[in-house]
Amino acid sequence: MNTALSDLEQAIEPLRKRYIGQRVGPYLAWNKVSRTQIWQWCAAMGDTHPEYLGGETAIAPPTMLQSWTFRDVHGDYAPGSTDQNTYEVLGKLDELGYFGSVAVSYDQQYLEYLHEGDHVHSFSTISDISALKNTALGTGCFVTELAEYFRQDKTLIGTATITYLKYQPNQTSTGAPPSSPRKIERIRPVENTDSQHYWQGLRDGKLLIQQCSDCDVSRHPPQPMCEACQSINWHTVESTRRGKIYSFTSIHHPEIPPFDSPNCIVLVDLDEGVRIAAQITGVKYDELKIGMPVRANIVEVQKGLSLPIFEVEQ
Amino acid sequence: MNLPAVAIVGLGATEFSKNSGRSEMQLACEAAHAAVQDSGLTGSDIDGMATFSMDNNWEIEIHRQIGGQELRFFARTEFGGGGALGPFAHAVSAIQTGQCQAAIIYRAMNERSGLRFGSGEIMNMNTLNPDMIHFSHYFPTGFMTPAAWIAMCTRRYMHKYGATSEDFGRIAVSMRDFAASNPAAFFYQQPLTLEQHQQSKLIADPLRLFDCCQESDGAVAFVVTSLERARDLPNTPVEIASVRQCAVPASRQITPFYHADIAHFPEFDALSCDLFRRADTAPNELDFACLYDHFTPAILPQLEAFGFCAPGEAADFVKDGHISRGGKLPVNTNGGQLGEAYIHGLNGIAEVVRQMRGTSANQLERSDQALVTAGAGVPTGAAILRKQA
Ligand SMILES: [Zn+2]
Repeated sequence: MNTALSDLEQAIEPLRKRYIGQRVGPYLAWNKVSRTQIWQWCAAMGDTHPEYLGGETAIAPPTMLQSWTFRDVHGDYAPGSTDQNTYEVLGKLDELGYFGSVAVSYDQQYLEYLHEGDHVHSFSTISDISALKNTALGTGCFVTELAEYFRQDKTLIGTATITYLKYQPNQTSTGAPPSSPRKIERIRPVENTDSQHYWQGLRDGKLLIQQCSDCDVSRHPPQPMCEACQSINWHTVESTRRGKIYSFTSIHHPEIPPFDSPNCIVLVDLDEGVRIAAQITGVKYDELKIGMPVRANIVEVQKGLSLPIFEVEQ
Repeated sequence: MNLPAVAIVGLGATEFSKNSGRSEMQLACEAAHAAVQDSGLTGSDIDGMATFSMDNNWEIEIHRQIGGQELRFFARTEFGGGGALGPFAHAVSAIQTGQCQAAIIYRAMNERSGLRFGSGEIMNMNTLNPDMIHFSHYFPTGFMTPAAWIAMCTRRYMHKYGATSEDFGRIAVSMRDFAASNPAAFFYQQPLTLEQHQQSKLIADPLRLFDCCQESDGAVAFVVTSLERARDLPNTPVEIASVRQCAVPASRQITPFYHADIAHFPEFDALSCDLFRRADTAPNELDFACLYDHFTPAILPQLEAFGFCAPGEAADFVKDGHISRGGKLPVNTNGGQLGEAYIHGLNGIAEVVRQMRGTSANQLERSDQALVTAGAGVPTGAAILRKQA
């Protein structure tokens, strides 16, 4: 049990290194503090305190703190907000199997009142990711977020400390059928009569390049007719999987699960004379260069899907 | 062969936003109706409809709702932004050959609040359609956003000519400068500095955030008819002096990886001379341009392909201020798709119409002839528009 937990701990450690202490923001309020929103809040809460709406300038109930910089119904923050997602770490924990999520505590601290016309922005910091614990819900860890709320003049008006439990639901205690964590998979290729040989070749551990049986011109991606001589007779040759980088990029944003970020992609001119797009691993994105010699391994990336993945050839 | 000239006579647009709050069909109807009203015609005069792929509104739906009667011509061009000038090519041909008298060209989309092309979810489907068969060679590796695809071309351009990220930054700064004084632009009153560009995050190396066009909700529509008829209508006619599309053998749907040299967009190289010849004009006779700017680096090979500078010299052309406010070829005076909005190229064409009518927020002193281009890195098109008295 202890060994198992420490293995699991090790998987979380990189998340601690990456996310704890990272301050993300600003997140802007969609609207300035307004009498209308204050009225709606007070009406909904049944709060009739005269100080809020009685005066010339409306004053916001401090408990509205978190509402100002909420995302809209589409999950978007107001224009001008950072594109960084403070909750990215929760998604990473999902991927590790801790997809259960519950907020366990929420503490607010109020420092200043907000008045009509004020424009709020906030910053968010993941302040802690606890050690793994066995809880009644399942094994998981506590993630604590500190949100700081500011007025337009950068005065701190309040803070909120929110703790979430991210856990792998206990299969025995809930009586629910055992379920493995949802895993996001790669999009699978569509295989049709023209391309099925290519994907089957990869499943067989071979990178097959189409070649015209009449004029010997090679082609990739697969197509039914030779564009050089219009022959529909073709066969395949097995590629040596060797070639040189023609161009490259690394995809940093958006992060597209299940891929690593950055995800390095190369266009490779294969020795067989065709160009192919594929991933490359084992090299840092800023060390990629045009002309580098590379060689592909055929990797089964998920059940029934094999792809060529390049490495720099020494 | 003397074919009758065709002109843009009506222009309509919705506001551009990040969340329109209404359906794409409503956006299309609003813009199309506004274009008809602006043209001085009525809905029942419209007997042609043309758009391009990735618009989710059928031609007949919009035609019915704007008061159309019999629809005699309808056409749709493939390849997303690369097809932006296809409907103009189609409408011109249809009007010249008498298939229809007056056509609406439109694009409406909730590209920000709905399906975002840059999200990696662009075509998450699993059917035997040509898109998925094509993209099967890219999507399973995570190579699935337009930024990443075009970044491959940008890398080769840098390799070939030594262009840098700062060169791309200057393009963004120039367009955001125009946007800052265009009230319809999302980035109105929000200019960009080169430092901000350089500090913005990497999207797909070497493309940074501020190299990328926006994601927008909105619609733009035009009414086109014969120049002869245009002379009886209220607006200054904007003649479509020449328009044509182009694909070459290695062209692919936004995965332009198989050309011998991907530093350039060979489709523009191939169509350029013919485009000028058929409009009977030359690069140095143009007053401004609306170049497709899904990503800033795409501007550079376009400046070269259309002969505004020699191959490899576009970065210096930009650095010398020629595409900026006061330059000899102001480019994207609405702020472009980087600064105004991303309506798949049509908002840029709308700006050309406004410039020629004298109603642009960034009105140029001389705006008689302009080049417009459709998406780069795809089978594409270009046109030369000319102000008529
Ligand atoms: Zn052949």
